[in-house]
Amino acid sequence: MNLLSVEHLGISFGGVRAVDDVSFSISPGEIFSIIGPNGAGKTTLFNLISGVYRSDMGRVTLRGDDVSRLPPEALASRGLARTFQNLQIFARMSVEENVMVGLHRHETRNVLAHLLGLPSVMAENRRTRDEARRYLDMLHLRQVADEVAGSLSYGELKRLEIARAMASRPDILLLDEPAAGCNPTETAEIDEIIVSIARTGVAILLVEHDMKLVMGVSDRVLVLNQGRVLAEGAPDEVARNPSVIDAYLGHDKGAAGGDHV
Amino acid sequence: MMARFRQNRWFEPALIALIIIIIGLVLPSTYYFRIATLVLIAGLSATGLNLLLGYAGQISLGHAGFVGIGAYAVAVLPAKFAVPSLLAIFCGTLVSGVVALIIGRPILRLKDHFLAVATLAFGILIAMVLNNEQWLTGGPDGMAVSRIELFGIRIRSAQSWYWISGTVLVLAVVLARNLLDSSTGRALRALHDSEVAARSAGIDVARIKSIVFVISAVFASLSGSLYALFNGHVTPDIASFLNSIEIVTMVVLGGMGSLSGGLVGAVILVVLPQALSFFHEYEHLLLGVLMILILVFMRAGIVPTLAARWARGRL
Repeated sequence: MNLLSVEHLGISFGGVRAVDDVSFSISPGEIFSIIGPNGAGKTTLFNLISGVYRSDMGRVTLRGDDVSRLPPEALASRGLARTFQNLQIFARMSVEENVMVGLHRHETRNVLAHLLGLPSVMAENRRTRDEARRYLDMLHLRQVADEVAGSLSYGELKRLEIARAMASRPDILLLDEPAAGCNPTETAEIDEIIVSIARTGVAILLVEHDMKLVMGVSDRVLVLNQGRVLAEGAPDEVARNPSVIDAYLGHDKGAAGGDHV
Repeated sequence: MMARFRQNRWFEPALIALIIIIIGLVLPSTYYFRIATLVLIAGLSATGLNLLLGYAGQISLGHAGFVGIGAYAVAVLPAKFAVPSLLAIFCGTLVSGVVALIIGRPILRLKDHFLAVATLAFGILIAMVLNNEQWLTGGPDGMAVSRIELFGIRIRSAQSWYWISGTVLVLAVVLARNLLDSSTGRALRALHDSEVAARSAGIDVARIKSIVFVISAVFASLSGSLYALFNGHVTPDIASFLNSIEIVTMVVLGGMGSLSGGLVGAVILVVLPQALSFFHEYEHLLLGVLMILILVFMRAGIVPTLAARWARGRL
């Protein structure tokens, strides 16, 4: 059964169809990638699925339930986690605390107990910290656990975003350009991490510019162009599609030294 | 070793308690006890506002409104309705908490200067009510506050109020520290840095904002009640815009996101005008210049800046 389904999803900004009639679905453990030129609507599509924007057309279902109208926090509590392309880090908190925030949905909400600092709250803090450390280990961030997050390098912050998202123990993980701006070693590392996460049964929705990464790890690829689906299928299938080559891969040939690397 | 010690949740309250005890033992006269008590009472509202402004990053320019509710609760209820003072304190915090809950939900959806203006309006509204409802509040002249009786003893001396306010402040700091060291505390710090990431991590941002707004309102109300009982007289000035600004200044000057910072801010804003009164006309000028200098050279506030320098010096 499909974990996440997107059906005829669309949104307009001031008369421009940023996302137009997009449909696809993902099953558990699958790595599904969305590619497309800059401005194709990839991040907008992400914001629609994760509840940051509200669609004006179509719907999103999670395990068969319509979640199109739910805010981000409600989607998070249903097992959907995401990272942000433009890094949304809790910069003043420690690296470890950032990941602990990821575990928020599994923690108690009794504010009175929190104010009184009851032993149960202290025990919960310890459990949360221990679990956060496991995700720090998984993303090779353990050695910077006590640093202020704002002081980390770009590559480390990218991994911190993934660690925080993983800490919510999601069923589906949305990764928005996890390798953007990373060097080849870091990219290879993230590649490995993505595959290992998917192997645990988590579905992964990936938006990425790095074609090598996308073609290497993805089970299926969807190509977006000007908000519309251009092609969908296995990586090699999509790579051979003439209209894809024309719109996306051919872009570099057509405009050498174009707008992005 | 020292760092681990400092991370303990009892460290900050214990240190503050120790300082309060030492100062209480060495103060020479009633005059100094009066000023020190005013510092502790101001420190209480600064602690509450620090949770809201310093940690959660939500501005309030109307917190003196809650101070006013607390102050007038212990003035009006015993005088007009024969409610015992202790119960009146509780009624004041209850009213402040409920008001904060009701106005917090819609107001806290606003951001930055819109939030500033909305809270400003709330503060002005409370001050206006206190000024205009003469039959209840005595109008601009204010009203006398009957002294509180504990175990049959009427509490009047500045010394007694010093120890009472000190105890309440330390308890408040313990509660604030506990809150910060919990999932609610992590959530409120997280939404300060990135609301969208906080929401995507499953944090109900509206709920957390509303919780911290209520807690800070209760602290402010309590500080108003203490002030009124200690001073024996209240005027609507306590809820004035200027007083709201003063609480914000304490937090910003002493250190946003540092509980002891807020208290240092309270010391400066209460003690400095007294110390500078020697210079009569130049008092406000000197105070202003000093604040500008502190904010230019210690942008993060006094305590966080000094703490960072101390840490770097040790490394």
